[in-house]
Amino acid sequence: MNARILHIASNTFREAVRDRVLYNLIAFAVLLSGAAILVGQISIDIEKLVVINLGLTAVSLFGIVIAIFIGIGLVSKEIEKRTLYTVLSRPVRRWEFIVGKYFGLAGTLVVNTFFMAIGVFAALFYVSHKFVRADALVLVALYFIILEFLIICSLALLFSSFSSPLLSAVFAFSLFVIGSFAEDLRGFAAITHGFTRWLVTGAAYLVPNFSAFNIVSSIAHEQPVAMQLVWHNTLYALFYAAMALSGAVLIFEYRNLK
Amino acid sequence: MKHRRKVSLIAGACIVFSLAASVLLLHRIDQLRPQSTLEDVLYISSPKLLKRASLGYDGLLADIYWTRAVQYFGFRHHNGTDSYKLLAPLLEITTQLDPHLTVAYEFGASFLAPPPPSGAGQPERAIQLMEYGVRNNPEDWKLYYDLGFVYYMNLQDYRKAADAFERGSKVPNAHPFLRVLAAQMAEHAGDFNTARMLWSATYQNTQDKEIRANAVEHLRALRVDEDVTHLQQAVTRFGQRTGRLPTSMSELVAAEGLAGIPVDPDQHPYKLTPEGRVEVRVPDDFPFATKGLPPGYKPQPKFHGQQP
Amino acid sequence: MNAIEILGLEKTYRVGFWAKRQKRALHPLHLSVEEGEIFGFLGPNGAGKTTTLKLLMGLVFPSAGSARILGRDWTDPEVKAQIGFLPEQPYFYDHLTAHELLNYYAQLSGVPAKERSRRVESTLQRVALANVQGVQLRKFSKGMLQRVGIAQAILHEPKVVFFDEPMSGLDPIGRREVRDLMEQLKHEGKTVFFSTHILSDAEALCDRVAIIHQGELRGIGAVEDLTSSVQGKVEIVWQGTQVPASMKALGADCHVTGDTVRAVIDERQQDAAIDALRRERLRLIALTPMRTSLEAYFVERLQRAETTAGSTV
Repeated sequence: MNARILHIASNTFREAVRDRVLYNLIAFAVLLSGAAILVGQISIDIEKLVVINLGLTAVSLFGIVIAIFIGIGLVSKEIEKRTLYTVLSRPVRRWEFIVGKYFGLAGTLVVNTFFMAIGVFAALFYVSHKFVRADALVLVALYFIILEFLIICSLALLFSSFSSPLLSAVFAFSLFVIGSFAEDLRGFAAITHGFTRWLVTGAAYLVPNFSAFNIVSSIAHEQPVAMQLVWHNTLYALFYAAMALSGAVLIFEYRNLK
Repeated sequence: MKHRRKVSLIAGACIVFSLAASVLLLHRIDQLRPQSTLEDVLYISSPKLLKRASLGYDGLLADIYWTRAVQYFGFRHHNGTDSYKLLAPLLEITTQLDPHLTVAYEFGASFLAPPPPSGAGQPERAIQLMEYGVRNNPEDWKLYYDLGFVYYMNLQDYRKAADAFERGSKVPNAHPFLRVLAAQMAEHAGDFNTARMLWSATYQNTQDKEIRANAVEHLRALRVDEDVTHLQQAVTRFGQRTGRLPTSMSELVAAEGLAGIPVDPDQHPYKLTPEGRVEVRVPDDFPFATKGLPPGYKPQPKFHGQQP
Repeated sequence: MNAIEILGLEKTYRVGFWAKRQKRALHPLHLSVEEGEIFGFLGPNGAGKTTTLKLLMGLVFPSAGSARILGRDWTDPEVKAQIGFLPEQPYFYDHLTAHELLNYYAQLSGVPAKERSRRVESTLQRVALANVQGVQLRKFSKGMLQRVGIAQAILHEPKVVFFDEPMSGLDPIGRREVRDLMEQLKHEGKTVFFSTHILSDAEALCDRVAIIHQGELRGIGAVEDLTSSVQGKVEIVWQGTQVPASMKALGADCHVTGDTVRAVIDERQQDAAIDALRRERLRLIALTPMRTSLEAYFVERLQRAETTAGSTV
């Protein structure tokens, strides 16, 4: 059982890596880090700030795009193109398929992030000519970005399990945007009353809360990050991803593959 | 099909459990970093850039920032802190994004200018905000009012206040009292009545709950100040007539020929100390009162009566 | 033991915007396939062949009914290790090579690691795709993809193989190769269940066939039996271009082709015909009983269904 999940995961990884779209996106992100250097030179004192802000934002945004593009392809496209039939006619359980796909996708993103991060650190080194202790915070920010990816991937799979590729992409991206404003949603819920309050509060907790993962601006100003926050965020990401993934498994278990 | 049922049960249980866990974790995370997303606001060096970056959705973004500003202030105020360093940037960003969001200016007038703990203690910044509002909304008389209000209440610059009220009164459809206020500034700036007019105007011309509640508290405090002033004057007169202090409020009341023992806005009688001071019974109920307080009393503003 | 037993499998879809209307893709189907036989599942497009296959593969869930494959419940995962499936017009992962793809499938089917590359190699040779090292699947032609599809279906030495339109997209040589392959599989003791709408293939290959139309089974039986002539005709071929008068008298249908003549006569008249040729000293080349083609049986079955139907959905 575990071996099959691993095989599916590595096959997903290989298929993703061979897809040249990936390279273009990575190259673009690295280029953006380079551009950050140029922009920073316009205003001397804040070179480092710009590199960190722009670089990490690029990693985050491009990663989301990659996660959604590939994540959608995972199940929706496979159903559309019938590659799924020959897999499921083998002794592979449906849930193993979903879980394997998830790990393959997550793995792809981690590797991607690694390469994009190299670009950011290279740019950082270029402007500062040395690394300081505070630069370790960039690693924390990258870690949080990866946690965001884990959540987005699970959502992409969830939508993929019942929806067409285009709709899945739209839903996943929408949830990303809403999730970035989840804290405001909860603030808004506090002002409303009655049934609306229940509804909005429910939505605010159901939606992935990305606010706690967005530490890019604060680490750019070298604000420290509490260890507790790292733990809590990790757990939140894991539980949320588990929830979305379980949903995908459940839906897929009953789906008629017409 | 047995296998399918097993998988469904496990998946279902996982969903429920994970949902509960993630909600709990969110609570904890919130506690760990109360409103720290807002600190980003400090780092937005150029609100104009933000406006351009918002890709035309500045209206929505303005609403979001406005909501954040209200949340920020409310949260801190009701928990008794006395530092509101993010209020100014929040309001500035809000009004950059949407210069016509009148309520943001009103909020700034009421809460940016006054000193802590009831405000951010930044009257100059409030003035800047009001001036910006007036520039962008020259036909809105309320903003001139807010400008004059800040000059009057927090900077005690009666000439500039008069000036603002005057400018406002020239706007078509301006409320007639602006002219009256301009005139009042000249002669009766320090009067209770003038202050009362202003706070009543503020109360009537806004829908925002916080601003209204604040105005109510000020009006109550004015009443107390006025009452205490008159009563204290009565005590002085009594002393001049009899050469001694009154032994009790009742004696003072009888001597002055008043109908009964005067009461404060909460219906509690004012008390007279042996040293001849007139005081309110519960000073904490009147956070903005300047008279009738025991010596050495430090106000601890607690907002009761938030729901007018 | 029967290789496949279909016990009343049925599938009804809900269609329409509010999913109110019902569309019966498959009426309750009862069917058995013996081990070691080649079974043809025939029908026009949209008859329900693919639906049946998808039900058997567990890709679609039945509205009612069940099936047994090799004696086990068809949803039993153990079964999957013993079967192979070739879907219609298959499509595979664009960026993998044939080797990588088959290796992946071998992994999923539980082929031991040591065996894998050997099996992959031999299977690729078997489907005549030995020289495609390093070429990504997106560069394959339709025929090549079909062969990859067959390869993945037989890779793990399954006991029962299910092919959905295996000949589609193949040129005559390819089709011949697939037919040969299917014969080989039968020789190896495997059971082959395939669907097609090309009757000549079925006639050549199958031991038994079933005919399905509009979701209902219309006929089933051994090819031999179905095509044996009831009102037999005989084809008689002789040398020369002469058509004796006596032949014509027998009501023969004669055609001259090159330097031979072909005539179709009634079975009961064949002795008379042979006598006629001897009298005229014409050289007999061949005397062959004519069988009803499967096509005729097929068309007849469908037409009968059309006339008696009307009430069935």
